Amino acid sequence: MSLGSAAAEAPPAPVKTARPWTFTRIAGYALMGFWIAMGLGLVAFLVSSFDPEFMAKYGAKFIKGLIVTIELVGLSVVLGALVSLPVAMGRLSSNKIIGRIAYSYVYFFRGTPLLAQVFLFYYGAGSFRPFLQDIGLWWLLRDAWGCALLTFTLNTSAYQAEILAGAIRNVPAGQIEAGKTLGLKRGVIFFRIVLPQALITALRPYGNEVILMLKGSAIVSIVTVFDLMGETRRIYSRTYDFQAYLWAAMLYIILVEGLRRVWDKLEARLTRHLKR
Amino acid sequence: MDHVLTLLSFGKEGWGDEIAAGTLLTIALALATLPLGLLQGFLLALAKNSDDSNLQRAADIYTTIFRGLPELMTLFLIYYGVQIGLQAFIGLFVEGVYIEINSFLAGMVALGVVFSSYSSEVFLSAFRGISQGQYEGGYALGLSSYQTMRLVILPQLIRLALPGLSNLWLVLLKDTALVSVIGLSDLLRMSGVAARVSKEAFLFFGLACLIYLVLSMISSAGLARIDAWARKGDTR
Repeated sequence: MSLGSAAAEAPPAPVKTARPWTFTRIAGYALMGFWIAMGLGLVAFLVSSFDPEFMAKYGAKFIKGLIVTIELVGLSVVLGALVSLPVAMGRLSSNKIIGRIAYSYVYFFRGTPLLAQVFLFYYGAGSFRPFLQDIGLWWLLRDAWGCALLTFTLNTSAYQAEILAGAIRNVPAGQIEAGKTLGLKRGVIFFRIVLPQALITALRPYGNEVILMLKGSAIVSIVTVFDLMGETRRIYSRTYDFQAYLWAAMLYIILVEGLRRVWDKLEARLTRHLKR
Repeated sequence: MDHVLTLLSFGKEGWGDEIAAGTLLTIALALATLPLGLLQGFLLALAKNSDDSNLQRAADIYTTIFRGLPELMTLFLIYYGVQIGLQAFIGLFVEGVYIEINSFLAGMVALGVVFSSYSSEVFLSAFRGISQGQYEGGYALGLSSYQTMRLVILPQLIRLALPGLSNLWLVLLKDTALVSVIGLSDLLRMSGVAARVSKEAFLFFGLACLIYLVLSMISSAGLARIDAWARKGDTR
């Protein structure tokens, strides 16, 4: 028997054994079956209760609510980013008193429920009406939308300040020392060296914060702002048709999941020079 | 000042006792939700960590749904949805039955579901922090897979998951405020009632915020102690 023929002879095929029915396998089938049944049930419910009149009457309302939600979240996140800058500076300040004040601000907004804050501003503003009228802020707090915008801006600014301060603290000191060695001014070091690196690490927490705001924004419906949730509650109270909640729930999931995926792609793209 | 003290006193004129009862309900709801959310989250993490693709996918769908929905929406879907669903189901057999779900239970389930979808991710990343050698060490000593999980993996898992779970507890404490919307007399709702009757909205909502702050301070202190306990085995 030559060496060549032995190498040419194929090894015997492995004996096919049936995969055993383990507990995990059964549980996997059962749970996937449950989700498929739920999905089919949802489709069946929406198809059977599909009503052209309902859609014609309320379809545009959902879109209007969605736009209010996006407007509210977009504006408050952008304005909150502006407010967060001085707060983050305060958190990083070596001055103890400024540091304490900034920490108290952040602690208050992060330690209390957003709903309680909205109530505090919306209903509490009435207690200071003459004062607010004097300083010309009454128009903002009188209106539920303005009040929600103000509360959301302050709330997200506290979270964003903490994200930004943490990211700046994480920039290695060597980077700043290198900048000083090169004779760069403090402003240049901060804006050209520290901030770009900090924003890269802050990208993921920023994305999470936007998603949390998007989900948190549903509570403004309680103070009569007609965002997506508010419109849904209004439609439900008129029709007693549960599909209102289901449509809104699907819109929210699509919005949040879509934003999450876009953000993941964006982060992967922006950090591609850091990948090894 | 006297006016404020009267309003905050315990007794007939004051709202102190109502607000204290609301605070207790908030704490009770959060404490009742915690074991539910932890257990559910742990089971979900086990499913995501298993080698069965169906099981992983089912757990991922759960997380996607309940992390994507606003907490308020989850609460409404469970509170109204289960009510309507049960009514329709029982209506098949018996005519004209009206079912009302206990709002404490609905709040507990909704908050637990949200908590578990986040805690499953915390547990999952803790699982990834435990090396394969730990399992193999357990099996080499002749422990069964259940014993390995309980005696070898779980103690390390708790230490790794604790920071993430601490954050989730603080979030849960704040999320309990949402149940005031389905009519549960928690801290925020009782403050709202007091504010409406006494017309001192700023006082009472400010007080509610302060109580939430104190609750989260106490939690932080407690969690720091648990963390120190969990870390006492660390040599570094």
